[in-house]
Amino acid sequence: MPTMTLLQAINDSLRTEMRRDNRVILMGEDVGVNGGVFRTTEGLYSEFGPDRVMDTPLSETGIIGAAIGMAVYGLKPVSEIQFADFIYPAFDQIVSELAKFRYRSGGEFPCPVVVRTPYGGGIRGGLYHSQSPEAYFTHTPGLQVVIPSTPYDAKGLLASAIRGEDPVIFMEPKKIYRSVKGDVPDGEYTVPIGPARVVQSGTDLTVFCYGAMVDVCEKAARKIQEEGYSVEIIDLRTLYPLDEETILNSVVKTGRAMVVYEAPKTCGYGAEVAALIAENVIDSLEAPVKRVGGFDTPFPYTLEYVYVPHPVRVYQAMQEVLQYQ
Amino acid sequence: MSEPLLQVMQDDAKKVTLPPGLSEADLKTMYEGMVAIRVYDERSLKLQRSGRIGFCVTSFGEEATQVGTVAALQDIDWIFPSYRQYGVPMYRGVQLEDMASHLYGNKFDLAKGRQMPAHYTFKDKRFVSISSVIGTQIIQAVGCAMAARIKGDNCIAATYFGDGATSSNDFHSGLNFAAVYRAPVLFFLVNNQYAISLPVKKQSGNELLYKRAEGYGVPGIRVDGNDVIAVYQATKEAAERARNGEGPTLLELFTYRAGSHSSSDDPSRYRSQDEMDSWKKKDPIERMKRYMQKLGIWSEAYETEIWESFRERINQFTTAAEEQPEPSWESLFEDVYAQMPASLERQKDQLIARESGLELSNEGEFPL
Repeated sequence: MPTMTLLQAINDSLRTEMRRDNRVILMGEDVGVNGGVFRTTEGLYSEFGPDRVMDTPLSETGIIGAAIGMAVYGLKPVSEIQFADFIYPAFDQIVSELAKFRYRSGGEFPCPVVVRTPYGGGIRGGLYHSQSPEAYFTHTPGLQVVIPSTPYDAKGLLASAIRGEDPVIFMEPKKIYRSVKGDVPDGEYTVPIGPARVVQSGTDLTVFCYGAMVDVCEKAARKIQEEGYSVEIIDLRTLYPLDEETILNSVVKTGRAMVVYEAPKTCGYGAEVAALIAENVIDSLEAPVKRVGGFDTPFPYTLEYVYVPHPVRVYQAMQEVLQYQ
Repeated sequence: MSEPLLQVMQDDAKKVTLPPGLSEADLKTMYEGMVAIRVYDERSLKLQRSGRIGFCVTSFGEEATQVGTVAALQDIDWIFPSYRQYGVPMYRGVQLEDMASHLYGNKFDLAKGRQMPAHYTFKDKRFVSISSVIGTQIIQAVGCAMAARIKGDNCIAATYFGDGATSSNDFHSGLNFAAVYRAPVLFFLVNNQYAISLPVKKQSGNELLYKRAEGYGVPGIRVDGNDVIAVYQATKEAAERARNGEGPTLLELFTYRAGSHSSSDDPSRYRSQDEMDSWKKKDPIERMKRYMQKLGIWSEAYETEIWESFRERINQFTTAAEEQPEPSWESLFEDVYAQMPASLERQKDQLIARESGLELSNEGEFPL
């Protein structure tokens, strides 16, 4: 089985799905001749040609709006927004149109567009190349929101997104595009949208995370495990629909929970996980649920390492939760 | 105005001949299409004023922009409309009971009571579900046309929007994408002079909106939007070029919103009676009637017959729709996704389980 980076797995998934179904087309800025600014679409233009790998004008609302029209017509467009920070011009098309098409038409017009977008810190991108806007989309009924953290999941989840009947916001943690490697099967397979993944089992504390934060949490857990604690790490993988069962079962087992995410802390996705736990299994809790997020500031350039949850900061939070009496 | 305005009907012409490519029967079909819209509007406004439906949109004065365009398109062509073009699916023979059910938002409404009236969806007529957000459909129509071209199909796409939408983001993205990809799409810019209360001169620094097209590398044409034959001929020509791979066209249909923006709007607050009266003389139905009179294909008996038969049919369907129950509470949760997520299923079950104990009143109106 070949070993791939996250980036290579995404590229492999796109190629595999495009070979499988000629309705699948890619569109976005610099995705064609240039192969994408991160090279996720490398080689696809030469294999599939300009009608299926479309270099678009510099207009995010155009990229999503046109994809919606294509999906209405019966194609399966995969739109790339070059950085999640640039998704806001397309917010209207995503929130008002894409997410609502099926509902507002009483089911007459499904709109299966996949929106791929690299997100998060890790490349010293400052305010406008680092944001984590996932909560805007999990707050929008009609969208599925998926974030892989391993090459295997990236390929399989993207395949599910492309084959599915609903619009998907597929967010790629660009910090680990090249740093994470793993086994990826050749050919077709899918990983279902929905179920979370237990990264490691434990009994004293559950840490919920996704994307580039999985690796950060694993590092922090290794440290605290040296002190005799047993930590469960759960990679949510799909933020909507959320695997509530896995989350609640784990908290019932461990009695302590924290959520780690890169976005500003307030109203970030961690709030939803904390509320879910409080609503359903508060009697099982032995400590308050802890959120470790970015700060409620715009994303900084020089002090990025301070802003993004760092293994040390996560480790300290783990200590607090574990030692709470 | 000395600017070019494509016109066929010269009101002072004493004698006219049948326009090329159109038969007497074609003219009558178009005329009847316009009358049907007028009757439907009169009826829906009456239902709204008497409190039987919550809201309505009318298209008084804009009938020719709908009928002239759809008559020149093929039934395989896709329509991405705004909320003021329901005359288009009517012309394609949509079921009147489906339209009436939508006015009431009852359980037979194809949009399942989820949208305000005038947000129709008719997939079998290739009439795409409508948004209230201005201009978003423009770029979607372009994407649809690009898809048709990629697949090598013979259909084209058409999108309708108002003068206000020329200020929207997706007017720009739509015109630009269409030009870059030479998409087979028609842009029907229905210039009815007002975006709710804002006149065109405050909407744009250049009131000649069709001239915007040139900047994108798209042909633009200005057509008398109250002249159904001119609209037909301009559309026919532009559609043919799109179908032949010669790219998009912007057609500014110069008309007047003779009614209010919606049933919640009072135009006397922002425009004069004199102005409204002056446009009344250019009413598209009256003009077509005079044209047909000159051709000798119009009679009082014909006039009475079509108005009465439309009134009877439309009244019958709206009355029947009023009797129908509202959609089920369960339906609130359907069609958000292809399969209902477990968490949504739980929300639904909790609501339904409490139903007997919940006293939810159905009061209130939409303010605009």
